[in-house]
Amino acid sequence: MKTANVSKGLLAALVAIGLGVTAASAETLRLITWGGYAPDDVVADFTKETGITVEVTLSNNEEMISKLRATGGAGFDLAQPSQDRILGPQIEYGIYKPLDLAKIDAGQFIASMLEATKANTTVEGEVYGVPHVWGTDGLVVNRAAAADVKDYTDLCDPAYAGKVSYRLKRPTLIAFAFAMGMQPFEKYKNIDAYEALLGEVEKKLVACKGNVKAYWEGADALMNMVRSGEVVAAMAWDTGGWKLNNDMPDVTFVAPKSGALGWIDTFAIPAKGKADDAAYKWINYVMRPEIAARITAAAGNFTASKGADQKIEGKLKEQYAESFPPEAVDNIKWYPPVPAGLEELEGKVLDRVKAASGN
Amino acid sequence: MRSEGRLALWLLLSPALLWLTLLIVLPHVDMVILALSERVRPRVYEFGFGNFAEFFKEPLYWHTFGRTVAFSLLATLATFLVAFPTAYYIAKLMRGRAKSLAFIACLLPFWVSELVRTLGWIILLRETGVVSTLLLDLGITGGRVEFLYNDAAILVGLVYSSLLFMVVPLVTSLDTLDDSMIEAGYDLGGNGFDVLREIVVPHAVPGILSGSIVVFMLTLGNYVTPTLLGGKNSLWFTEQIYNQFITRFNWQLGSAFGILLLVASSGIVWAGLKLSRQSLGTVIGR
Repeated sequence: MKTANVSKGLLAALVAIGLGVTAASAETLRLITWGGYAPDDVVADFTKETGITVEVTLSNNEEMISKLRATGGAGFDLAQPSQDRILGPQIEYGIYKPLDLAKIDAGQFIASMLEATKANTTVEGEVYGVPHVWGTDGLVVNRAAAADVKDYTDLCDPAYAGKVSYRLKRPTLIAFAFAMGMQPFEKYKNIDAYEALLGEVEKKLVACKGNVKAYWEGADALMNMVRSGEVVAAMAWDTGGWKLNNDMPDVTFVAPKSGALGWIDTFAIPAKGKADDAAYKWINYVMRPEIAARITAAAGNFTASKGADQKIEGKLKEQYAESFPPEAVDNIKWYPPVPAGLEELEGKVLDRVKAASGN
Repeated sequence: MRSEGRLALWLLLSPALLWLTLLIVLPHVDMVILALSERVRPRVYEFGFGNFAEFFKEPLYWHTFGRTVAFSLLATLATFLVAFPTAYYIAKLMRGRAKSLAFIACLLPFWVSELVRTLGWIILLRETGVVSTLLLDLGITGGRVEFLYNDAAILVGLVYSSLLFMVVPLVTSLDTLDDSMIEAGYDLGGNGFDVLREIVVPHAVPGILSGSIVVFMLTLGNYVTPTLLGGKNSLWFTEQIYNQFITRFNWQLGSAFGILLLVASSGIVWAGLKLSRQSLGTVIGR
């Protein structure tokens, strides 16, 4: 008899564990975002004001999409993918739910950026994203060692052999296409023309491989290489360049001749998110100009919050002005939404570049 | 009472059974299903072998695959060559406390994670790293040398990270070899090489094989070491799988790659056992 009791107890325990997992607290916002977008002090103040606790998971575009895809859009209540990466995955996997725009305070957004993001994230008449943080991809250059690097293709100059770095990701393909005088965004709709364009870029990147020190993955790895002087020019985010500029005045972000590439990270609500109200509260909270200014101070990037840029003071403002003279701002190429299927072509090109022999 | 006894037995077995079915069998079944579905258009998939065909059509994939397998075999051999003298010394020539100390010295690096150990190698081998600086300061090289991002760096990292898994089975199998056998070998007129070839190695075969199997599997499935130390030239098959799953969102192709890797590693282990006329039971079950 004793064994039976033990086994019943065991069963009960197992059931209890099973139930425990499903019972999640209602007042928690599970946010998957980028480093710096949800600073600890902002999270603490939000909790103080609303009583909602925020669990922050740091990630990047690919990981966000992969994680949400694995669960069919569950596990998180708010995500922050880039605006060009919403349309394709939404059509393909249906991982987001439409936004209720009535619950978002549109007056807090820079109107043009809000409209552009809404247009780019509309699938079948429903809007899936609103803008949060924006920035650019361009060049981080050590002006003491590589002053004449002005465009992406200059990274392939034999004078800098073994001293340059870039990522092996889609922005690099787009950037090199622009620097080679092509118009990748205009060919998004025409797969064959785009494939031909990618072929050109592939040749260039394979030829350039010998020049590359390493394809950087994390921002820290890149900063390390620039700080040690192993790398004198790289394709990177504006913030990375400005951060380095703080302790190495020779290094800064340079908007390339062919144009910096502009990205906007958005707010999107996963299809099976369980705390939509908390998510809208968070969006409206962090878009307040004074909060947005604190996020800019932490992440280094500007936000789509109206009036927040006037609250930014000091060094970052100077660095921004130096890197972006007015004509460079006009020349920013904003990423249009990526049609489904394009990334597969790009993936193969990236694989082949990686596999090519080059020293 | 009898049925209760049976219930208890099932309950005792249940953790192991749950573990096996939920964490091993089901994921593999799911992987097979995924690998056999082709994308037709968004959210529509069809049964087919297209993902496997893709692997054979694209030279890049099978080239990487072949390279990974060949490199893993090479790393296993190199690990064996490094580990055997060490293991022999520990098992046969050391006694008592010194023996335990030597064993712990082998174990010590494994107290930190593989990632940390690999980053340690990066600090040593990078262009502004320890080795490069030392060579420059001693005047051996004229300028800084980059040791990272090549095949040799990957091999060093792989051998280092799997050394323990070769040393331990070798020491245990050499421990059971009676010293008098070695003496007898010399008494019968054999030299050092004869004794090694006729007595020590044959006795250690099960240990050699179990070490090799573990090292080969670990190396073939390693992700961190080739990616970090190989940098722009790493090209490891696990990296391809990761890419398909995470950055290309192509789970179908990724699953097909995973299955191919599983089949290849099982096949090679099987072939190794057949060639050496050992059974999995005697090799692993010791």
